[in-house]
Amino acid sequence: MTRSLKKNPYVANHLLRKINKLNTKKEKDIIITWSRASTIIPTMIGHTIAIHNGKEHLPIYITDRMVGHKLGEFSPTLNFRGHAKNDNRSRR
Amino acid sequence: MLCVQVVVPGLSIKCVRVGGVEIPNNKRIEYSLQYIHGVGRTRARQILCDINMDNKITKDLSEEELITLRDEVSKYMIEGDLRRFNAINVKRLKDIQCYRGIRHIQGLPCRGQRTKNNCRTLKGKKVAIAGKKKK
Repeated sequence: MTRSLKKNPYVANHLLRKINKLNTKKEKDIIITWSRASTIIPTMIGHTIAIHNGKEHLPIYITDRMVGHKLGEFSPTLNFRGHAKNDNRSRR
Repeated sequence: MLCVQVVVPGLSIKCVRVGGVEIPNNKRIEYSLQYIHGVGRTRARQILCDINMDNKITKDLSEEELITLRDEVSKYMIEGDLRRFNAINVKRLKDIQCYRGIRHIQGLPCRGQRTKNNCRTLKGKKVAIAGKKKK
């Protein structure tokens, strides 16, 4: 189910405010955010946004190809490093 | 003509080319069209509806009918174009390193399906894990 067009893409207000502030000042700074559900909009291009993954903030540089995706898609919450090695020997 | 006819003494195999390289055989057109990558049941039926064609056996088609059929099929994105289009989209996801792209790289489903079991299409054949016993 796609979001109604009349509502425009969802971006958290606090995030939008920070980006607008940086854009008017023409500065580049890392923006820390917990808002993973926010959509990436064209004004964010060129900024580095540190997106929370539940544990830490991963800095992601926003490029023009990422527009339309959500911020959360770029900071994985699960980091599967393969199965644990068998430790049968220690149990015996 | 575009009809390729291979005549072997006592045996004739007729192939019809629709949409570039497609060679559907002596089935009804609705079904032989589905041999084209990008044409399924719905689209095959749609094509026949759009050009008001009876569902004849492919080899019975006349030249004019074949030409109209080819024109209709060429309106859609099929075969190589479609494959390239899909590959580009997947590559874009991989390049921007988003969740779906990462899942494509890992060869796992990217639409939230469970992976505890099933999804054998993507994961390939089952591999037995030594020392894993049922209790």
